[in-house]
Amino acid sequence: MPKWFLPAAALCGVMFVASPVVIAGAPYESTMGLVQKIFYFHMPAAVMFLVSAVICGVASARFLFRGDPAQDRLGWAAAELTVLFGIIALVTGPLWARKAWGVWWQWDVRLTSSLMGWMVAVAYLLVRKYGGPGSEKLAAGLALFGMANVPFVYISVNYWRTIHPTTSVVPTLPTSMGGPLWFCFATFLLLLVLLLRLRVRLGEAHARLDALHLALDE
Amino acid sequence: MFLRGVWLVVRKDLTVEVRSREIAYTTLFFAVSCVLIFAFALVREGRAPDEAAPAVLWVAIAFAGTLALGRTFERERQAETLRALLLAPVDRPAIYAGKLLGMMALLLAAEFVLVPLVALLFQAPLLGHPFWLTGILATGTLGFAAVGTLFAAMLVRARTRDVLLPVLLYPITVPVIIAGVRGTALLLEPELDVALLRFWLALLVTFDVVFVTLALWTFEPLMTD
Repeated sequence: MPKWFLPAAALCGVMFVASPVVIAGAPYESTMGLVQKIFYFHMPAAVMFLVSAVICGVASARFLFRGDPAQDRLGWAAAELTVLFGIIALVTGPLWARKAWGVWWQWDVRLTSSLMGWMVAVAYLLVRKYGGPGSEKLAAGLALFGMANVPFVYISVNYWRTIHPTTSVVPTLPTSMGGPLWFCFATFLLLLVLLLRLRVRLGEAHARLDALHLALDE
Repeated sequence: MFLRGVWLVVRKDLTVEVRSREIAYTTLFFAVSCVLIFAFALVREGRAPDEAAPAVLWVAIAFAGTLALGRTFERERQAETLRALLLAPVDRPAIYAGKLLGMMALLLAAEFVLVPLVALLFQAPLLGHPFWLTGILATGTLGFAAVGTLFAAMLVRARTRDVLLPVLLYPITVPVIIAGVRGTALLLEPELDVALLRFWLALLVTFDVVFVTLALWTFEPLMTD
């Protein structure tokens, strides 16, 4: 484990404990009131979901064409985090939507493409778990196709009515709201890096163990 | 050379299929059963919901397509001919393209029966614009089969291939199904919205181009041990 890991993990824990206090200090949004505060966890989780999906796609493509097992481990770790952050975003989203839009779910472009991306990540994990030998290439191919798929889902759903606010909202936020948002953002980013590092390490240990088993058999 | 390889694979698959007719009959029967189940569930007193026909048509295509995709490679595995096929002195992408064309022929043949059946049971004027319908069905089927053929080929070696094929295939082919259903639904409108129809068709064509290219490009590394 690298030297920075434990201090960083402790910092991340402290930041998570402090985040409710920071969020409580932010002013109430004029029309949505208290329920808007879910945004401080929803948006960072959604961004981390996207970041880990991109890491998974890029690592998979590199694994497929170069055959480097380290990239495969990174892809697997990122896929698990995609599912994790995806769950957070997909659970907090409807909670907020119920109050803001009056419905739990809308077949809106962002919602649909997030759900489809999340399903591809789940399918990736299912392949890894139940695919048997050779499943790492299969999963890498799936990740590659899943990445290529996102623009199509986006365009096809964009032809229906869209109600999700766009990312252009973020820079216009006043400091009193932007501050807590960026604080939560940093917390989630740190969590992503820590979990990714931990999961890749687990993968490396697995690979080493497998190699030792093989060496014993011979 | 490439085209010759493609042609040989297509001819082999179609010859095997014409002799046994196994995939054609089972796929068609399954698709018809799907449509009948939807008809029992949705048609009340001779009236079907307005938007039902395109949805039922595409669900039947997707389900039956999954069945056919699984079988076409299962046959290669059972007869131990997959290795022979991969060892054949043709480009790997040619094998993929041949398999894809064989699959297309099979699915289009099934749609030839499905479309009139859905039109009949759901009282939908699906055959009102045959050229547009052919365009949407052909591009949609190509997109679905392009992804499906690649995944089915990759899954041949996996233990749980029957379960994993739909798990992998449906999240990826969602845009094809959306565009297919929306495009087909437009054909049922009293006034044909050509601009919107062109958009869905263009989306399907783009999807086909991107995914066929991606599949041809990744077939080689994916099928190499």
